Amino acid sequence: MSNILVVAEHQNGKLRKVSLATVAFAKEAAKATGGQVYVALLGHNISGAVAEIATSGADKVFFEDSPVFATYLAETYTPAIVKIAQTSGSTLICGPSSTFGKDLLPRIAGKLNAGMVSDAIAVWNDGGLKFKRPLWAGNVITTVEVTTPSKVVTVRTTEFEALPESAPCPTEAVATGVTAVENAQFVSFDQVKSERPELTDAAVIVAGGRGLKSAENFGMVAELADLLRGAVGASRAAVDSGYAPNVWQIGQTGKVVAPDLYFAVAISGAIQHLAGMKGSKCIVAINKDAEAPIFQVADYGLVADAFQAVPELTQKLKAAGIGA
Amino acid sequence: MKILTTVKRVTDPDMKVKLKSDGTGIVTDNVEYKMNSFDEYGVEEAIRLKDKHGGEVVVVSVGTSDSATQIRTALAMGADRGIIVETGANLDSDAVARLLAEVVQKEAPDIIIMGKQSVDSDRNQTGQLLAAYLDYPQATFAFSLEVADGWASVGREVDGGTSVKRVKLPAVITADLRLNEPRYASLPGIMKAKKKQLDTLTPDDLGVDVTERVKVLVYEAPDERKAGRIVASVDELITVLRNEAKAI
Ligand SMILES: Cc1cc2nc3c(=O)[nH]c(=O)nc-3n(C[C@H](O)[C@H](O)[C@H](O)COP(=O)(O)OP(=O)(O)OC[C@H]3O[C@@H](n4cnc5c(N)ncnc54)[C@H](O)[C@@H]3O)c2cc1C
Ligand SMILES: Nc1ncnc2c1ncn2[C@@H]1O[C@H](COP(=O)(O)O)[C@@H](O)[C@H]1O
Repeated sequence: MSNILVVAEHQNGKLRKVSLATVAFAKEAAKATGGQVYVALLGHNISGAVAEIATSGADKVFFEDSPVFATYLAETYTPAIVKIAQTSGSTLICGPSSTFGKDLLPRIAGKLNAGMVSDAIAVWNDGGLKFKRPLWAGNVITTVEVTTPSKVVTVRTTEFEALPESAPCPTEAVATGVTAVENAQFVSFDQVKSERPELTDAAVIVAGGRGLKSAENFGMVAELADLLRGAVGASRAAVDSGYAPNVWQIGQTGKVVAPDLYFAVAISGAIQHLAGMKGSKCIVAINKDAEAPIFQVADYGLVADAFQAVPELTQKLKAAGIGA
Repeated sequence: MKILTTVKRVTDPDMKVKLKSDGTGIVTDNVEYKMNSFDEYGVEEAIRLKDKHGGEVVVVSVGTSDSATQIRTALAMGADRGIIVETGANLDSDAVARLLAEVVQKEAPDIIIMGKQSVDSDRNQTGQLLAAYLDYPQATFAFSLEVADGWASVGREVDGGTSVKRVKLPAVITADLRLNEPRYASLPGIMKAKKKQLDTLTPDDLGVDVTERVKVLVYEAPDERKAGRIVASVDELITVLRNEAKAI
């Protein structure tokens, strides 16, 4: 019997929602392959995350709570996940397409001699297990097949909805025997502190581009986002110019998001930016250039000076009693 | 210090790709090719490391003989010599990583600097796979790199912020944007590059079977968004968002 193993992600013991969407993908895959959906969770002081992932719809959670895993290193996590995959009879190993998953899963694939699919958006079985994945900045979708017995996948989590909370499944503490490595060290994590929702979870995103011209001017974008309890995003050009931190970058090489409502403010709409937000339900573009390509994907376009339109929008929404 | 860096020949990232009507690939007539954007950052960083610590920069590309153009570009930027692993096969990242692992065994570099992602296939795997095959430590998504005393200290762009990781050399580093500003090749650089050594190897020479582990069956276009409309004012925007889109 071949089972499916989800590599769950947490940050300092707090489960990341992308883990739940990855379980949803695994359940979809299980329809095609049969077998159980297992979760592997590594860390230190992770009882809260273990309890939460146990209600995700998975069949069983294997976890190792150890100081060795207190900070994430691909070099320690890889042998541990490989061990759990082997002892649990899992041949499909999947994780989120977050920076954690992108760093870790290919290393696991190498160690398992497994073919690897990045950014899966669909999985099914029609005389063989098939996956769909986007490439060329989302302008092409391919259907692929993995020919190795073990298969490793990162999941584009915006395409899969977390399942309703289930009764807790069994959890089992494991001891993989993995110890600290001498050739890699975690030094520090400098977190961008924020009260706002994560970009990948937010229902509303207000994103700003180079046209905002300064970090201070991002304040008006943030104000609109806060009113709508949303997250703030940015184009690469805005991040490169120092107007916004790197974690706000949306696009082919930044985060991929799919909120209900996306505001693109002073963003031209380069294909690399569109790759990260084309999946949004409703797109609003505010740009002073009527020819800007962003208008070709926007549901609603407003040709206007952002410095005038954004504060006006925030103020009128407030006046109408909309938002926080 | 010996630095090995990789360059992939990719379609121009600013070009809109067209698909063949039979779903077997993209239309390649009149397509421009470039060095993968992330590899420009990798090559630049390799040259800067050499300028600081001395040594040699070896550039490797896997692909058809046309990839020589991208290697020459790297040589013109300042790399010292090139290796092309020549094959016309459809390559997955795994085959590239296994070929590169053999090249690394031959060359024994102190550090390997790659791009984090190909802008055509968008896989983001090769560096991590190579590190796995060599059993080297890895530091992906680098925005800063310092080398001292046999260790690399790497600033990494990760979800939620930035982090710092130290890896003992030899190690694999993958470049993110913001690592540096890649230089343009100068005219004298281009002239010099023509005379620099460029060796050819084949998968057979390296003893690697490049049969794909991930087979592409169909290429298709995504569902396009239908164009929306222009609203005249902030008031109209609020009205449509409330009543039509029901988004606020
Ligand atoms: C390898 C690679 C990867 C990349 N990855 C990404 C990625 O992940 N994400 C990403 O976003 N980009 C990415 N890019 C960059 C991308 O190609 C564009 O350069 C970038 O998205 C442009 O950002 P922008 O729209 O903010 O800036 P610009 O293209 O400069 O556009 C600014 C816009 O602001 C408008 N404007 C100016 N002033 C005002 C005003 N007062 N009011 C209203 N509008 C105004 C202008 O009309 C213009 O449309 C990548 C590029 C490469 C090569
Ligand atoms: N055919 C290739 N030749 C040389 N380097 C490659 C090749 N394919 C991938 N790479 C390297 O691996 C990085 C990541 O590629 P990928 O895993 O395909 O997204 C690229 O930025 C290159 O540095």
